[in-house]
Amino acid sequence: MGELLHYEDFPAGEVVTYGAYEVTAEEITGFAAQYDPQPFHLDEEAGRASILGGLCASGWHVCAMLNRMNVDSYLVRSAGMGSFGLEEVKWLRPVFVGDTLSIRRSTVERRISARRPEMGIIKFHWQMLNQDHELKLDARGFNLFKVRGHG
Amino acid sequence: MSWAYFEEFEPGRMDVFGSYHFERDEVIRFARAYDPQGFHLDDEAGLNSIFGRLAASGWHTTAGMMKCWSAHTFGLRSRRAEQGLALPEIGPSPGIEALEWPRPVYPGDTVTYSGEVLSKRLLASRPRWGLVSSRIVGVNQDSVKVLSFVSKLMVERRASGQVA
Repeated sequence: MGELLHYEDFPAGEVVTYGAYEVTAEEITGFAAQYDPQPFHLDEEAGRASILGGLCASGWHVCAMLNRMNVDSYLVRSAGMGSFGLEEVKWLRPVFVGDTLSIRRSTVERRISARRPEMGIIKFHWQMLNQDHELKLDARGFNLFKVRGHG
Repeated sequence: MSWAYFEEFEPGRMDVFGSYHFERDEVIRFARAYDPQGFHLDDEAGLNSIFGRLAASGWHTTAGMMKCWSAHTFGLRSRRAEQGLALPEIGPSPGIEALEWPRPVYPGDTVTYSGEVLSKRLLASRPRWGLVSSRIVGVNQDSVKVLSFVSKLMVERRASGQVA
């Protein structure tokens, strides 16, 4: 592994794609049983009977999947300082068993914190697509990275 | 938040959903699956991080919220059914806004989640449903806010002439 990614390594306007997250029934129901036990997240029949059309992942689980792909792609090799949150998350289409998910990440804007010049603030736009290029989730949020040459 | 028809939701109404205790083993297990960054997995990495010590993933904080919301809301639904009242459909959420993690959650913390209805509006495209927006907040045992976001929920409207 080379040097860690810093603020300077994320130019505004850059678009990258990454991830190949395979969604299984076991994972969907496991998360749902622990954190989001609504019937359409636990049971195929209930899923089919619902407006969602099949056994599908909790929206919060889908956010966790997005995060996992972000960590694997760039956060794990970044001089990161966390995140203060997300502007918005849109759950556009259900994530079903058998979906293979990937992320298209666009760098919307970036700036160095005025109060903390060692901290760079990057705003990303993440789009989660499945293998058929169906847009499942659309989110905008912030990642914080160290600025090179500081502390 | 209630299990109620769109017409019954009033801005300002507050509900406490319940509390979630963040056990260390579960914090690490969740992080390993969904947020495998050092400061969520390892004491030394946590010590050297902006969090000061090993901290839970922010997405674990939201998952704990959903557990509490589900338990609370299903309980309300059951009680409504027991009273013989009509049960509206509460639909899946189209999304959330303004999600913030103001302070970290640490292993051993207990977070209490609550929601306050902010506003509601009809949906021109879907006449059977309305949209209710609420601010959801999580505070830890020291009353420190650890989570805040605006939720959006689709709630069935009362059919005309329908009673309770």
